[in-house]
Amino acid sequence: MTTDTMNNISAVNLALYDALAADSTLLVLGEDVADREEGGVAGATKGLSTAFGDDRVKSTPISEQAIIGTAIGASLRGHRVVAEIMLMNFTTIAMDMIINHAAKLRFMSGGQTHVPIVIRTMTGAGMSNGGQHSDYLEAWFAHTPGIKVVAPSNPTDAYGLLRSAIEDDDPVIFIENLPTYWNSSPFTKEVIPLGQAKVVQEGSDLTIVTYATMVAPAMAAAAALADSGVSVEVVDLRTIAPWDKETVYASVQKTGRALIVHEAVKEFGVGAEIAADLSDHFFGALKAPVRRLGGAFAPVPYSKPLETAFVPSTAGIEAAVRALLTERDI
Amino acid sequence: MSNLPVLDAGTLLEIYKKAALIRYNDMRVIKAMKAGLLMTPYYSPAGQEIIPSALSVNLNDGDTICTIYRGTHDMLAKGFPLGPLWAELAGRITGSCKGKGGTMHLTHPESGCMVTTGVVGSSMPIATGLGWSAKLEGKGHVAVANFGDGAANIGAFHESLNLASLWKLPVIFICQNNRYAEHTSFANSTAVDQLSKRAAGYGMAGVTVNGNDVDEMYGAAKIAVDRARAGEGPTLIEALTFRFNGHLIGDAAGYIPKDEMASAKQNDPFVTLRKRVLVDDAASEEALDAIDADIKARIEEAVKAAFDAEWPDVSELKRDVFAHELA
Repeated sequence: MTTDTMNNISAVNLALYDALAADSTLLVLGEDVADREEGGVAGATKGLSTAFGDDRVKSTPISEQAIIGTAIGASLRGHRVVAEIMLMNFTTIAMDMIINHAAKLRFMSGGQTHVPIVIRTMTGAGMSNGGQHSDYLEAWFAHTPGIKVVAPSNPTDAYGLLRSAIEDDDPVIFIENLPTYWNSSPFTKEVIPLGQAKVVQEGSDLTIVTYATMVAPAMAAAAALADSGVSVEVVDLRTIAPWDKETVYASVQKTGRALIVHEAVKEFGVGAEIAADLSDHFFGALKAPVRRLGGAFAPVPYSKPLETAFVPSTAGIEAAVRALLTERDI
Repeated sequence: MSNLPVLDAGTLLEIYKKAALIRYNDMRVIKAMKAGLLMTPYYSPAGQEIIPSALSVNLNDGDTICTIYRGTHDMLAKGFPLGPLWAELAGRITGSCKGKGGTMHLTHPESGCMVTTGVVGSSMPIATGLGWSAKLEGKGHVAVANFGDGAANIGAFHESLNLASLWKLPVIFICQNNRYAEHTSFANSTAVDQLSKRAAGYGMAGVTVNGNDVDEMYGAAKIAVDRARAGEGPTLIEALTFRFNGHLIGDAAGYIPKDEMASAKQNDPFVTLRKRVLVDDAASEEALDAIDADIKARIEEAVKAAFDAEWPDVSELKRDVFAHELA
């Protein structure tokens, strides 16, 4: 469709609008999501209850366990449900419902029931929200069999992946980045399948595997490196679980070097899984060890210089790439 | 309890059939465990038969229930078939959940048995969603959340009751208060003397009944179900009862005073129910014996079929994790 510009939050809003119009079984619920409550604290669901009615787009009390439980129950009777947990840190309050129930009911029922819900949530460092409003917790969910994890990096992907997540028959955690909600970029309205990564920058010397907020600094680092003759390929995973091994393998096979970058703390993160997998798969063919860059092993800090230092930076990514290129071939 | 809906003889006999099925099935499970056939944590519902039996005669096929690990009685009362139940207990491929759920995760959607959770209190938020869906569907169906007194102290209880009452959802929250949360007594864990008092805090109907008394339990359930079907919102029923075993089979229940247990068993609600059926002339002793014999025969048939059945193929390990198996 049209290639105009759009910001990330409008893309989410449009995806929900189009999905509600397309599927009369779809319900949206969460804190403040209806227009009486102004369509959410950031306005992601603005206009939806006016268009589709308060029965289908329903504001809830601040009750994270009830929000997810209610979404699960309604989905067991044939509805699809998008449940918003306002901030990703608050998914911790609903972990029993997400991990013990949403993710496992298909398996534990032997396939008799399933939970086609999307849990939309926002997070990210950059707005001085401090330690309890900024965490990327994707590894917790990616570690749980039965749940899919999606994290778009731009409005086209936000729209296209959210439409697919809603149509998916499994529970999906859909992670939106709050600090970049109002960033605009070119927009194409298309449905993007889950589980397909995208090579957003082609290159031959090294592969950066990344997603969500780290795509932009990875691209900036790649551009800076290109000026000095280093050719970096950037792969945006888009879906974290299940991750697109085929695309990542093809890229690493071509470049022989891999750096994984994410905003979540490095230790025990998604990068560890991908690095281990790549090392298993390409041991002997790699020109250097697989490296990871992630947030500092600390809660997300409040003070601006500390918060900035917590997140991997363009300069940090560039330095990591240069260091990897100087590693001797192994 | 006055002005209760009256229990007619036909319904009384239906309740008896459900209670007998629960009691004899429970005895058979324990026998199978003692024989070494079943190796699983099993949470016996013995002593709590009347609650789901008197409730379920008010439910129909479109109604759904959620229950907890001590919930075999709830499932049987709702109509969970014996064959798939026993095969599931035995971990066989013919089990309702292909042997992947087991004693604590029994599911059979065709009979409205949607979720059995192993987590204390987690039946309530999901039943709230089943109620929401039923309300939107508009066909007058209800959702039941079964839980114990221990579950009334977790956060999900408060969130679910508040939300269900706020949205006037057709949900019956039925607390089977057997007086012990695992090993901890009701008095040592709960700040109110009657859990039904909490209903007022959520602006919803609440009642405490003797869950072992068939008239009280049937009446309270019928009022709650009728209210839910009429769109008048949820009810919290606290049904007082007692369990005849420890937390799970193998737990000698040393924390329950001996006289408390002895008195409960002396007032066995199933025995009382049987006498009541005879007094009311709802059936003759011979007719009840025939009903009992038929139930026991059907249980034996299910047990045999279960243990004769195949184990799940190892390929099942990675099936049903997602809609489509991942590479």
